[in-house]
Formats: sequence, C-alpha cells, structure tokens
Amino acid sequence: MIPFAYSKPTDVAGALQLAGPDSHFIAGGTNLLDLMKENVAQPQRLIDITGLPLREVTATASGGLSIGALVGNAELARHPRIEADYPLLAQAILAGASPQLRNMASSGGNLLQRTRCAYFYDSAVPCNKRAPGTGCPARSGLNRNHAILGASQHCVAVHPSDMCVALAALEATVQVQGPAGSRQIAFADFHRLPGEQPERDNTLADNELITAIELPAPRFAEHVHYLKVRDRASYAFALISVAAALRLEGERIGELRLALGGVAHKPWRDPALEARFQGQPATSATYTQIAQAMLSGAQPLAHNAFKVTLAHNAIIRALGQAQRRQGATA
Amino acid sequence: MSDSDCIPAHQPLELSINGQRHQLQVAPWMTLLDLLRDQLDLTGSKKGCDHGQCGACTVLRNGQRVNACLTLAIMCDGDCITTIEGLADDERLHPLQQAFIRHDAFQCGYCTPGQICSAVALASEGRALSRAEIQEGMSGNLCRCGAYGNIVAAVEEALPQMIASDQGGPRA
Repeated sequence: MIPFAYSKPTDVAGALQLAGPDSHFIAGGTNLLDLMKENVAQPQRLIDITGLPLREVTATASGGLSIGALVGNAELARHPRIEADYPLLAQAILAGASPQLRNMASSGGNLLQRTRCAYFYDSAVPCNKRAPGTGCPARSGLNRNHAILGASQHCVAVHPSDMCVALAALEATVQVQGPAGSRQIAFADFHRLPGEQPERDNTLADNELITAIELPAPRFAEHVHYLKVRDRASYAFALISVAAALRLEGERIGELRLALGGVAHKPWRDPALEARFQGQPATSATYTQIAQAMLSGAQPLAHNAFKVTLAHNAIIRALGQAQRRQGATA
Repeated sequence: MSDSDCIPAHQPLELSINGQRHQLQVAPWMTLLDLLRDQLDLTGSKKGCDHGQCGACTVLRNGQRVNACLTLAIMCDGDCITTIEGLADDERLHPLQQAFIRHDAFQCGYCTPGQICSAVALASEGRALSRAEIQEGMSGNLCRCGAYGNIVAAVEEALPQMIASDQGGPRA
C-alpha cells in the first residue's frame, strides 16, 4: 500500500468537494484495501464516507424502500422489511462473502466491487481493465471462472457480486450525487459490458457518489430463490448464480424475473425473454425452454464450457425452487 | 495534490481495546491488525492471508466481528475493539476458550484466536443454533489443519451456555 492522505467529511457536499482524480471514497473497504495492498488501486487520498448520514432504510412514496448507501450488507439482509418483502435480496446477500465481510461491507460498495479475475489482480501481467491497451491474458490463459456471455475481445472478466444479481432481478435504481447534481440510474444501466472500455465497470461519472439504492414496491415476496453454485459450500465467489422470481397465476407464470451471476461483466438479464414466457405453464418443461433461451448466445472460453451446462441446470432448479417456495422467511 | 495537501505521517486516534483506552498516533495506511500486533503487542490476532480470505485476524469492533486486516485503524476512531486477549475474565477462561480446549478444536492453533472471536460474535448474533447453521456461520474462518469437526463441536457446546448467560457480547 502506498502512502495516502485521509479525510473524513461529515456531509455529502463535503465529500464531493474533496473528490478529485487521485482520490477514492472508502466505506467498508473490503475490496478497496485489498486492491491497494496489491497496488491495483493507488489513490493519493482516501475520503472516508462512513460519517455521512446515509445509514437509513426508509419507505418511499411509491411503496418501495430506499436503502442508504452505508447500510451494511449484514444489517440489510436481516432488516425486517427486506426479510418480509424482498427475500430474494436477503438470500443473495447471505450467499456472498463471510459474516465478517458482510458486517463491514456497505450497500453502495457492494455495487462497486471489482472483478476477481486473477490477471486483473496481478499487477505484474497485462490487463486491459487495469492498464487499458495492454492485452487480456485471460482470453488465452486460465479462464475457468470467466464470462460466457457479453464478453469482448478486450475483457472476459465477470462481476463478482451476489447482491447485485438480486437487485437486477428486482429492478432497483441507484441514486447518485456528483458535482453536476443528483440523478438516478436504472440498475440495468448501472453496470456495463466491457466492449472497448473494460476499464469502466459502471456508468458513474467522475467523482459521483452512490447515496442510496431504491427498491420498487414489492412484487416478488413469495416465489423467489437465489441459487449459488461454487467450488466449496460457502465463502467462495459464484461459478454460476441465479436469482429467480415468479408471480404465479394458478398454474401459469404471471410474471417472471431472472438474473444470472458469474456469467458476465454485469448481472445478466433479458427482460424481452422474461415477457415472452409470461402466461406459459409453470412447469419444468417451460423452465428448460427458458434456460435454453437465456443461454442461446453463450460463447464459452477454453476452460469454462462447463458453465453453460451448469447455468442451464441451475436456472431450471432455481425456477423450480422458487415455484415451490411459500412464505417470507429468508 | 497541492503543496498544502501534503500527506501527514501520523494522525491522532482514540480507541478502547479490551476495555482499556488508548490515545495513539497512526499513519492512515496502518491496518487495525498491524496496529494491534506491531504497535500494541497484542499478537493474539493473527495475520494469515492479509486479504480477508482466511479470518485469522477476526476481532470484534463495537461487538461485530470484522477482518482486522481489511480495516484501517484510522477509521476506528472512538470504537471499542475486543481481541482474543480480552475474552478471559482474569484467570477464568471464556466458555468458548474452555470448550476449544475440551474438544481439542485445533492443531497448530494459528486460526484459533480468529475462530474464537468469530464464535463469540456468532453467539451474540443469536441466529445460529443448529450444526448446519454453525458451520455456515463459521465459514469465514479457515483452518488449514482441518480441525473443523472439533471446532464445530466446541461452538455447538458453548453456544447455548453463552446465550443463556449473555456472555456472547464483548467487554466494552
């Protein structure tokens, strides 16, 4: 870790005033400090935002919830309103990291996690995400954990978050504040595919700060399931994860939401596909068709073709589990 | 950065550690783990991976378990920290320490302080009671010797006792 200056402002305006090209906001620090120890991130100033008043979970006028950016991951997963009305989100959060890290990590910070691609983390090798234009060793190297959807010639990294996969399925919005004022970003537009600019993980402008994450009024409190498949039973990043949410009308699908983690540079969702299966029978035959459609564009790399089959089977299982689930306990 | 924005080598920090107040000067880039071990000689908390992947550095920060290796000391100003050194009541070991000895819940012992601090927090969180819940709740602490069976048995035995006697929480 290189030396840096440290400031702790007490309001958002003060934090934004301190922000500059060589500064970085810090909250939980679970990812940023790790990146600083590896010299992947080298800020000259850390702006500690843990003193900002962004710790509330409040009801919104539209019947949803606004989650302050500093609400901890563990606290959020155990919040009574989240457990009761957004169990998919609670399940996804508890599937990620460890109890210690969930105590430390903030809601806003979870969205800003960087990829765990080993080449990105190793500052001795090229990486287009870390040093644009230097190349992507993962494309021809060890790519078992990498993307099967939406990758580019320049980057095959995947987004590591579990929480974000549920937020994508639930159509959250991200509230941000920056030098140019406040705005909100639809969750689908927050993270981006690598394309020509793999160094950009998301669509935040320079020095913008996430202030809250807003959930719409609950629509999927019953038939939901977050399925995470990983190399060990706990405390590992997803090989594949599936956030499945159903609203059933009798024995048919009234509404479907489906998002995948571990497959792409962002949580992978296809709203047109979801709409197409509305009204179809809620059966494993339908779920198999959904899985096939969801993965029809998959382009596996040398070592991760198994992920296509794994994702296919995980989608079918997650939808089946969501269908059978009753009640609101996470 | 401008000239007036030079990096100060040390900044003041006030902490309560195992019930004792400390007024310190720390560099902003010093982790809580390095402060405990190198500056305060509290070497019970261990540096395993230094990347939040093993849990050997687990301490309690205001009663919550955290990885001290991924916590900047300067960000803990005003907080209460409890380490393995703060769990025993003078000569009387904490119920979890006794249970770890009784169940031989270690081999090399390097992960043990983190395991015990983690289990103290698990008890105060009040969620884990079954064996499966304990396993999941302790999954942030790795044991390279593979003493997991005995670790889970020790926690399983001590947990109800701690919840009943309210000994889950740390000493402030």
